[in-house]
Amino acid sequence: MTTAALARKRRRPRWGAYAVWFVLFCMAIVFLMPVYVMIANGLKDAQSVSLQRMWLPPAQLSGANGFVGAWERLSPNLMNSLSMVIPATVLSSLIGAINGYLFAKWRFRGSDIIFTLMLFGFFIPYQSILLPLVRTLQVIGLYGTIPGLVLVHVIYGIPITTLIFRNYFANVPTELLDAARVDGAGVITTFIRVMLPLSIPAFVVVGIFQFTNIWNDFLFGVTVVPNPARQPVTIALNNLSGTFSVEWNVVMAGAVVAALPTAIIYILLGRFFIRGILAGSVKG
Amino acid sequence: MTTASTDSTPAVRTTPVETRRWRLSETMQTVLLLLPSIVALAVFVYVFISFTFWVSLSNWRTLKVDLSLREPLFATYGELFAMARWQADLRNTFVFTVFFIAFAVTLGLTLAVMLDRHLAGHHIFRNIFLFPYALSFVVTGVVWRWIFNPETGLNLLFELLGVNYLLAQIGAGPLRPGWITDPTVVAQVNGILATVLPGAESWQVRWGIPLAMIPVAIAATWQLSGFVMALYLGGMATISEEVREAARIDGASEFQIYHRVIIPMLRPVTISVVVILLHVSLKIFDLVYTMAGVGPGFATDVPAIFVFEQMFKATRYNLGSAAAIIMLVLVALVIVPYLASTLKEES
Repeated sequence: MTTAALARKRRRPRWGAYAVWFVLFCMAIVFLMPVYVMIANGLKDAQSVSLQRMWLPPAQLSGANGFVGAWERLSPNLMNSLSMVIPATVLSSLIGAINGYLFAKWRFRGSDIIFTLMLFGFFIPYQSILLPLVRTLQVIGLYGTIPGLVLVHVIYGIPITTLIFRNYFANVPTELLDAARVDGAGVITTFIRVMLPLSIPAFVVVGIFQFTNIWNDFLFGVTVVPNPARQPVTIALNNLSGTFSVEWNVVMAGAVVAALPTAIIYILLGRFFIRGILAGSVKG
Repeated sequence: MTTASTDSTPAVRTTPVETRRWRLSETMQTVLLLLPSIVALAVFVYVFISFTFWVSLSNWRTLKVDLSLREPLFATYGELFAMARWQADLRNTFVFTVFFIAFAVTLGLTLAVMLDRHLAGHHIFRNIFLFPYALSFVVTGVVWRWIFNPETGLNLLFELLGVNYLLAQIGAGPLRPGWITDPTVVAQVNGILATVLPGAESWQVRWGIPLAMIPVAIAATWQLSGFVMALYLGGMATISEEVREAARIDGASEFQIYHRVIIPMLRPVTISVVVILLHVSLKIFDLVYTMAGVGPGFATDVPAIFVFEQMFKATRYNLGSAAAIIMLVLVALVIVPYLASTLKEES
């Protein structure tokens, strides 16, 4: 009887597997639906885009599809985003690496509390600091500029980059540090000689995490940079979407254009992306 | 590989006198290296919050800076909570939070359980479900705004799939919701609240479920349920095959294994998920702002939009700051216990 029961148990998952696979397949279609809407309507030209034909693929590919208009309007902002996100990602990763190393390997009295107080800065609603932030940037002359945005993203990125590196370095055996110490290496030398070479994977994870976060930001961009010509692409996309004179094939294409850099990174480096999520969720 | 952070002390103890000098200077180096970050965050987080709090108590509500304190001290907060719009915002945040977390956790967990069986192509499915998380809330908002446009999008899809034809056959009206343009508030509870809470009669806002908030919760679910799934999958990967095998030998069905064994074991993941989603939902801004705006009769307005508009459009700085401080308090109520428990667990 037991063997029969076991055999039944073993056979059942096979039928179940088909059912589960079918459900997953349907869910995948639902999840991809908005992506399809973006691309299909972005590829239509101004004449063929209509509310009644939203779900239909473009009848023919004309040279005047939405992507042409979207690129024309958004490419300057795309450049703004790039010139913001690259330095901000590099700087906040480097600062996070040093901080994470120190918090993981050179703990001192109160360092955990300091770290937790820093980490709180990741969770606050930024509305509660926007007003003094804008005033401060005005005083130091960075208001309305890309360097201003870089500064903001670097500072508010410190908590999360520090957290991810701290968790990463905590798993590096302390013996490695002790060995370097016996050789007379100090805090910084140990970091450069021992920890940095080990931390490439962590840099990839943090880099992707920060690139995505900073690229996708809207609140800082819209409040720190009022001049549309200097705004990052997410803000420009929102402006485009609210402009009634713009056909919505251009808006849909614009959404694809604004999403493209993070989408490409996701497709190419999805594995590290998932690690970043697990590392960034505090307890993981 | 074990957590080595606390292991550093024994190695030092071998030569007490000499290392003591070393330790001190090394600690000094550590603190000096950390100092720029500590100072930056002390200013940009804690000093700035204090400044915002001061402004919320001040008379500053024009372009001209006025930091004199308002009399009575918390008058702006009184004014804020008496505003119908702010009351609607609190209601909307509450409703959004409940729907969004219920949807995202249910869907994310279901997807994780289905993918945990490692069927053919599970990596592809996982990547598809997580993909929206890589996108900006602005992109999500812009696209879903058209999908929930009553003139096209889902309503058109219902038409094309013959849903309305079938409904007409059974004598029911067509399914054509107003989605984000619907000002209806269902399940109103003002009467019930008035019997429990003194002063509830004076509330101007109808407490209930603003229907327009549900599409927003659906769009947010699309974006974040993959994230929930990834966290659960990460947790499930740490549960050994022996645990499942033991349950199987005890005669548990696949469903029971998850229901009785694995999901209870993933409680810490569930706590993380709920805390993270809660703080996302209390702060939600870009998605709602780009997808629905404030909505008809503030049906989709949220505190973050309120603060943004009061501070950067209406220049009512004290009112915007008071609302921002309330937002901060709500987030802190969720985050502080979470961070405190993490800290305690580690030490």
